[in-house]
Amino acid sequence: MKKLYAFILSFLVLFLTACSEPTNHSRAVYMLLDTSGTYTKQLEKAQGIVRYLLGVLNSGDSLALARVDSASFSEKDIVAKVTFDLRPSQANAQKRAFMEVMDKFAAEVKGSSYTDITGGMLQAIEYLNETGAGEKHILIFSDLKEEIKKGHIRDFPIPFDGVKVVALNVTKLHSDNVDPREYMERVDNWSKRVEDGGGSWRVINDLERLSGLLE
Amino acid sequence: MVSNIWNFWTPDQPVLSAIIWVVLIIAVMYMARTPAHQAIFTITHSFRNALRLMGRSIMLAEAKLGRRNSEVLLAHGREATERYIEREFQRVEELVSRDLSGYPSLQRDLKEQITRIDEDYVQSGEVPPQPPEWLKAIQAVAEIPSTGSPVVAKILSDIHGTLKKSMDKNVNEYRNANKERHNLLKRMMPYWRSLTKILTSVEKKITGLETRSNIIDEQMDRYEKIMEKTDYAERMLSSSSLTQFFISGFVLFIATIGGYVNFQLVALPMSEMVGAGSYLGSVRSSDVAALFIIAIEVTLGLFLMESIGVTRLFPVISTLDDRKRKIIIWVTFSFLFVFASIESSLAYMRDMLASDREALTQILSGVEVVEPAFRWIPSVGQMVMGFILPFALTFVAIPLESFIHSSRTVFGLVLIWLLHMLSFVIRLAGNLINGLGRFLVSVYDLVIFFPLRIEQLIKSKKTEGGHGTDKSMEPSHAVTE
Repeated sequence: MKKLYAFILSFLVLFLTACSEPTNHSRAVYMLLDTSGTYTKQLEKAQGIVRYLLGVLNSGDSLALARVDSASFSEKDIVAKVTFDLRPSQANAQKRAFMEVMDKFAAEVKGSSYTDITGGMLQAIEYLNETGAGEKHILIFSDLKEEIKKGHIRDFPIPFDGVKVVALNVTKLHSDNVDPREYMERVDNWSKRVEDGGGSWRVINDLERLSGLLE
Repeated sequence: MVSNIWNFWTPDQPVLSAIIWVVLIIAVMYMARTPAHQAIFTITHSFRNALRLMGRSIMLAEAKLGRRNSEVLLAHGREATERYIEREFQRVEELVSRDLSGYPSLQRDLKEQITRIDEDYVQSGEVPPQPPEWLKAIQAVAEIPSTGSPVVAKILSDIHGTLKKSMDKNVNEYRNANKERHNLLKRMMPYWRSLTKILTSVEKKITGLETRSNIIDEQMDRYEKIMEKTDYAERMLSSSSLTQFFISGFVLFIATIGGYVNFQLVALPMSEMVGAGSYLGSVRSSDVAALFIIAIEVTLGLFLMESIGVTRLFPVISTLDDRKRKIIIWVTFSFLFVFASIESSLAYMRDMLASDREALTQILSGVEVVEPAFRWIPSVGQMVMGFILPFALTFVAIPLESFIHSSRTVFGLVLIWLLHMLSFVIRLAGNLINGLGRFLVSVYDLVIFFPLRIEQLIKSKKTEGGHGTDKSMEPSHAVTE
C-alpha cells in the first residue's frame, strides 16, 4: 500500500520537484577495521557488517574498507574501495568482488603494533569528501584505544563536517573492567572530538541491531 | 487599577462606592437608552443586512450554477442520446442493406418455389378415369335375353373376360397415376421446407428490424423529453450521471492498480538503462522513465480508442475522415505493439535482475545459492503480463471518458449543495445576529429596569388623572425595531 501511494504521489512529486535544486542522494561509507593485537579475532563480526553494508548500499553509493594500523593516514591502508555502478547488474558484480576481497583480507590480516585511529579518521574524511556523496558515514570497528607511535602528532581537531561516525563493537578491555571509567572516558573523548569537529557520533555494540546503521 | 476605580467615591467604604457607581451607571444608561438601543439595532441590522445580501448573492450563484449544470447535463444527455440513436440507425441501415437488400432475390426464390409447388400440385390432381366408350355397346349386348344358347353364353363369357381385363388395366393405370401423384407430392416436400425456411428467416429479419425500431422509438421519446427540458429528463440524466461517476471511478481505480503493477514491472529494469543513482528532484529517474512509458501507453490507448470511434474525447480526431483515422489507428496500434514488446523484454530483464539480487542476498547472508525449480514459469508470466498490460490499459479511455463527463455533473451538484449550505449558514448567522441585537436591548432594559419601572408608574398615574387607564407598559422613549 505504501508503494501504491508512492506510485500515485510520484506523479505529483515529479511536477513539484522537477524544477527544484538537484539533491545528492548518494551515500559513501568508510569502514575502519582495528587490526591491533587481539582485535583481529573480532574480524568475523566485521565481515558480517560489510555483508550488511553490501546488502543495503545501492547503485551510485561508495564503500571503502580500511585497516587501522600503526600509521593509518595512508592510501595503502585502504583494503578495498568501490563506487557502485549505476546499472544494478554491474553493481551486484562489484559487490561480489568486494566481498571476495574482504574475505581474503580477513583470512590474511596480521595484527599491528600501534593503533592510529586519528590517522584512519583523517584518511576516511579525505576519501569521503572526494566521493562528493550526499551522506557520509565512517564506521569504526574498534575498541577505540588509540596507541600512537612515538613522534606521530595526532592531538589536533579533526574536521568532521556532516560526517556521521558510528563506533561498532567497542569492546571492553581488561583494564576497563578494573576501572569502567576508562572505557567511558575513551568513548566520551571520541564523541567530543567528532561532535566538536561538526560530525555526529553513535555507538552500536549490539551487532544484531544493524538496521539503523546508516540512518 | 479596577478596584481603585470602584473605590473612587468613598475609598474607605468600597461597598458604598460600588453602589454609587452602579447608580450612576444605571442613570447614565437610562438617559442614553434611546441612542444605545439605536446603536445596537444599527450594528446588528447592518450585519444582518450584509449577511442577507451575501446569502442572496450565493443563492443567485447557486441558481446560476444549477441552470448551468442543468444545461450541461441536458446537453450531454442530448449528445449521448443522439449517439445512441445514430448507432441504432446505423444498425438498422446495416440490417436493411445486409438482409433486405437481398429481398428481390428472396422474392424471386419464393416465387419460384411457389410456382414449382403449384405446378406439382396441379400435376398431382386426381383425374377420375373415364369409362370406356364401348361400355354402352357391352351393356346392350349384355341385355340380350339369354335363350340358353351356348353361343350367347360364350359371347357373354368373352365379354365378361374382356371387361375384367379392361377393369384390371384401369385399376393398374389408376394405381400408377396415384403413385405418380404421391411421388409428385413427395417431391413437393423439400420445396415446402425451403419455403418455410425462407419465411422464417424473413420473419426473424423483420422481428430484428421491429426490435430496433422499438429501441429507436424509446430513444426518440427520451430525446424529445430532453429537448423539452423536462424535470423528468433532468432527474433521469442526473441519476444516470451519478451512477456513471461511481462505476467509472471504480473502474479507474482498478486501472490505477493495473498501472501500478505495470510500473513495478518496468521500474527496476529501467534503472539498468537510465541508471539507478540519478534522481529528478526526489524521484528516481528510472521511476520517472517507467511512469513516462506507462503514460505514453495510456495516451496511445486514448488515441486508439478515439480513432476507432469508441470515445469522443478529442473532437479533432472524431471529425477526421475515415482514411486519416485508419492511418492513426494503425500508427497508434503499431506504437502500442512496440511498447508492449519493449515492456515484455523489460519484464524479462526485471526477472533476471531480481534473481541476481536474490542470489547476491543469499551469498551475503551466507546461504548456499539454490536455483528454484520451475524458475521459468514466473519469467514467462511476467513477460506475458508485460505484453498484455499496455493493451489492457488502452481500455482506460472508456471509463475515463465517462468519468470526465459525469464528474462535470457530479462536481456541479456538490458545488450547488455547498453553496446551498453556505447560503443557509449565512442566513442563519444573519438571523442570529438580529436575535442577538434584540437580546442585548432586553439585557440593557433589564439593567435599568428600576428607573423604567418608576417612569412607567409616573406615566400610568398621569394617564389615570387625565384620560383614564393606559395599560401600555412601553416607556415613552422606547425604540422600536
